[in-house]
Amino acid sequence: MTLVEDAPPAPAPVGKLVDQFQLGLDAPICLTWELTYACNLACVHCLSSSGRRDPDELSTEECKAVIDELQRMQVFYVNIGGGEPTVRRDFWELVDYATAHHVGVKFSTNGSRITPEVARRLAASDYVDVQISLDGATAAVNDVVRGEGSYATAIGAMQNLNDAGFVGFKISVVITRENVSQLDAFKAIADQYGAQLRLTRLRPSGRGADVWDQLHPTAAQQRELYDWLMAHGEQVLTGDSFFHLAAFGEALPGLNLCGAGRVVCLIDPVGDVYACPFAIHDEFKAGNVRAEGGFAGVWRQSDLFTELRQPTSGGACSSCGHYDSCRGGCMAAKFFTGLPLDGPDPECVRGLGELSLAELGDAMPPKPSLDHSRITRRTSVEPSAPEQSSVAVAFTPRRPDRACDENPLANFEPSPSSC
Amino acid sequence: MSTTAASEAMAFDNGRPWALSPQVALRPESFGALAYHFGTRRLSFLKSPTLLAIVESLGDQPSAVDACRAAGVSDEAMPSYEKALATLAASGMICERTAS
Repeated sequence: MTLVEDAPPAPAPVGKLVDQFQLGLDAPICLTWELTYACNLACVHCLSSSGRRDPDELSTEECKAVIDELQRMQVFYVNIGGGEPTVRRDFWELVDYATAHHVGVKFSTNGSRITPEVARRLAASDYVDVQISLDGATAAVNDVVRGEGSYATAIGAMQNLNDAGFVGFKISVVITRENVSQLDAFKAIADQYGAQLRLTRLRPSGRGADVWDQLHPTAAQQRELYDWLMAHGEQVLTGDSFFHLAAFGEALPGLNLCGAGRVVCLIDPVGDVYACPFAIHDEFKAGNVRAEGGFAGVWRQSDLFTELRQPTSGGACSSCGHYDSCRGGCMAAKFFTGLPLDGPDPECVRGLGELSLAELGDAMPPKPSLDHSRITRRTSVEPSAPEQSSVAVAFTPRRPDRACDENPLANFEPSPSSC
Repeated sequence: MSTTAASEAMAFDNGRPWALSPQVALRPESFGALAYHFGTRRLSFLKSPTLLAIVESLGDQPSAVDACRAAGVSDEAMPSYEKALATLAASGMICERTAS
């Protein structure tokens, strides 16, 4: 969803909406669908560890069957991502199929395939929205994270969309320690191209776990971000990303709720259904759309989602006066930093998450269950010309593997003949 | 993307005929309904089954106030429903009908 607004409370309300959502709906409000793990970039923080196509990817016909189900369930729209979804040969066929079946599409792209011709085609449809990823307001800041040349590619796509008359496409920024100071500059870029700015939280998911320690905003930056978001209100979208910051004071616009398995979920390229896009791990896998019962069966009957919809206590946070506003923060952020799910978020604004992290000591946080990274990624993301970059970070894993943890098959990769 | 919804948004007059925007889809829920506008890509929550009944019947009623009465809204409760409908009108979810 791009904006959430409430019609004012009518008489005899059924209860607080957030409580209703906590217990789950018969169908998701929206969902994220990663169409492919293939990607022409190798962003250091990729939450799906994308790079190589998975040979078991859903076929065109299987994707269409999922769309049919979404239509029956009245899911208004899907957020399509990847990987880079436009590299799928049937991408436009699937977009057309979805919109013809009244399932709106918003897709995320690095912009590499948004040619002037594609931009004109997109501008002509009311049912397709585009989200261009950009993680720095300058090439220096962006390209260290997303790869050399990726800033120019994204800006080129924005120019094409603007030239085609596409008003209000989204520019999607993952907030990092290096780009918090560029919030006004991002807004200026959005204004220049007639776009809307969308800011989301860096998660320690996928390859994001490798860089989280170095890139997640500092405590002072979180405050800066909160104040900036409050000042810009509904002009700037957040996908409800920063509800953990609500403990600073007034809630940010949005539901301020973790919707994982309750009102949102993720379908991955091979049809596995996870509680949310930031939780690609067996722990959060509810089922697969290929199983009997399909997606609806997973959504309505899986043990995991049933469990997530149970009323929760605040656990270690229950005595905190801010629990009602932050609700303990992000499940995935806790999980992938090794914190208990019923305790504080690692970025708890009271600093309780940092204390918990310190207590963990050398314990290794869970690793993602899947990794489709191309094996060259470590070297390819190093800034090739450090003197041109203002970002003095080298992206190394946050905790070095101990020798005894070394898998004998590490660095061995069968030739990806099917990719 | 269409910008027509914004220009369609107008002051709400409950004595006029209204209808759900053709670009809006409704999904009934236990609390009322979700309403999604494909043009503006905005999601709204109709927070009561009565409000859903009103919105669904708007297009068949001579005026918004008639739609409210038909759904059983009392005079005392009328102002809060008018406020809810005005919010939906402001975001283009419902539009004034030119011909009834």
